[in-house]
Amino acid sequence: MSALVSLLRRLEGPQTLGRGRGFWSLFALVLLGAIAFPLLTDGYTVGNTVYFFVWVFIALSLSLIWGYGGSLSFGQTAFFGIAGYGYGVLTINFGSAYGFTWLALLLAIAIAALFALLLGYFMFFGRIAGVFLGIVTLAVTLMLERFMAQTAGPEWHIGTARLNGFNGMSAMPPLTIPWFDEPIVLFADVGLYYVVLGMLVIVYLGLRILINSSFGNVIVAIRENPERAEMLGYDIRKYQLVTFVIGAALAGLSGVLYTVWGQYITPSSMGMTAAALPLIWVAVGGRSDLTTTVIGTLVVLAGFQALTIYGSQYALVFMGVLLVLTVLIAPNGLVLAVINWLTRLGTRRKQETA
Amino acid sequence: MDIATLAFSALYQFGDAFAFLVLSACGLAVIFGMMGVINLAHGEFIMCGAYVTAASVHAGLPLPLGILAGTLVAALVGVLVELLVIRHLYDRPLDTIVATWGLSLIATQGTLILVGSTMAGVGTPFGSFQVGAYSYSIYRIVLFVAALAVLGGLYALFNWTRFGVLARATIQVPHMAAALGVDTRLIYSLTFACGAGLAGLAGGLYAPTMTLVPTMGATFIMEAFVTVVIGGADVFLGTAPAGGVLAVVKSAMTSWQGQLFGQIGLLIAVIVVVRVLPKGISGFVLRERT
Repeated sequence: MSALVSLLRRLEGPQTLGRGRGFWSLFALVLLGAIAFPLLTDGYTVGNTVYFFVWVFIALSLSLIWGYGGSLSFGQTAFFGIAGYGYGVLTINFGSAYGFTWLALLLAIAIAALFALLLGYFMFFGRIAGVFLGIVTLAVTLMLERFMAQTAGPEWHIGTARLNGFNGMSAMPPLTIPWFDEPIVLFADVGLYYVVLGMLVIVYLGLRILINSSFGNVIVAIRENPERAEMLGYDIRKYQLVTFVIGAALAGLSGVLYTVWGQYITPSSMGMTAAALPLIWVAVGGRSDLTTTVIGTLVVLAGFQALTIYGSQYALVFMGVLLVLTVLIAPNGLVLAVINWLTRLGTRRKQETA
Repeated sequence: MDIATLAFSALYQFGDAFAFLVLSACGLAVIFGMMGVINLAHGEFIMCGAYVTAASVHAGLPLPLGILAGTLVAALVGVLVELLVIRHLYDRPLDTIVATWGLSLIATQGTLILVGSTMAGVGTPFGSFQVGAYSYSIYRIVLFVAALAVLGGLYALFNWTRFGVLARATIQVPHMAAALGVDTRLIYSLTFACGAGLAGLAGGLYAPTMTLVPTMGATFIMEAFVTVVIGGADVFLGTAPAGGVLAVVKSAMTSWQGQLFGQIGLLIAVIVVVRVLPKGISGFVLRERT
């Protein structure tokens, strides 16, 4: 019991914005709104919101690795794709009976995490850092896309699952909960909405606990000054590797949910553009905080979708401009800048009244 | 097929791979070596060079002049980008990556909107010659010679000119160079333009050999990254030998299993090399010497 209490105490801390009664009542209010949301709107909007939620996981993974850990990784998209393809291959081969889809979800994430472990070992134990880390992960991602894009021939199959080259895989079963008479199939609708919302809340709170624990403090210390962290006796390579693997697992979760959501996955979901988008959401939101990352991702995604009506090329140009401007004007993220400005305004007003 | 033609075929493929790696990487390497900045829009500077070259050839210029035009335009765009974006980010190398990534997105999509999804190409000049049972493109030999010429030219530029001396001083100790009256900002600016121009040159040289699409930069950047990562910060001690080693890996894997496996071979090579030589070949060589 006391272990649980001390765990819950980690929900607040120096590494995350938001504390005290005010923040958590707001959190509860938003959560209540999110729970009530499907009742107030139509099926299409609910499905679309699930799509937004799916991307938040990869954004959080990038926030963990890049914002907190200080290592810029373009590899999140690769882990996303690996897990997405992994889920497709597993479920097409073994079907969805007896709740196998959930095992497939876990296995697909494990495959992505294993891949990250291997890649991360070579990078972090080779002491690759800074810009080189970004380049190596980007090269891996691009390579993976090219590899998957050329698997069009019938000789490229795993079991009964054809990889289908550039067209990608489709028609894998959605997540299914085994039930007495009839299993509950979670299509991209209200059912999947609540499952994904639940996962999102768990992951968000879990990451808050992780990042405010001593592990999280070491991660931030490594970001601030790797040499100093090492002098204090921490084997930074291990910490970086573990962070990288956790991030990969989260990106993998995102990939599986994406595959589940649309029942397809293509190589272009690992391409240059796909790798750029999470970076933009996280950079614009404020990479060094979980809450701003979530807000930024949802806002930018919604904005991007609204712009896509005028043509996706224009929307992408706008995204590029947004990214460059964010880096130049508000390097810590626009949402974070706005929140900091509001807090400063608030304290100043308090001082004036006092 | 006798040994001589086999050897020639292997040598030809090596030369082809070497030229591709060195030409696509040297612009990136010059900028990285100078400022520790990785220009993720490198592929788009290559694309820019290729497009301008093709457009000039269509307008009636001969190919060499077209390539020159491509190089110059890319260099000018480089100056502009340095002035507007890169200059403000020198103390934040990671942010430079992110910003140039955004630029690359803008350039790719912008080209797609303005020029369309493809552009009419330029025919490969010079034709081909026959050795044994196979025919070889003469232009590929020209590219190999061009790669060597670029390396030679850069060596001359950095060792024999006033700009080269100032640039090397700025690389070594920027503050000291500034204190001695070197306008380091100008040097950075010129170096970035030089790197962008080299990218444009690579694009111009390869324009006759490939389809011109807005995403063509992506074909180059992986090879360019890999070469720079393995080579390290020095163009002559790093990029050139890395190009040599990787060309062997790539041409061997390609002739054994095809194009894709040539690239996978490169990727595995880079991951293994960073584990063994974190500072690249030039880091290894320089440490040996001191």
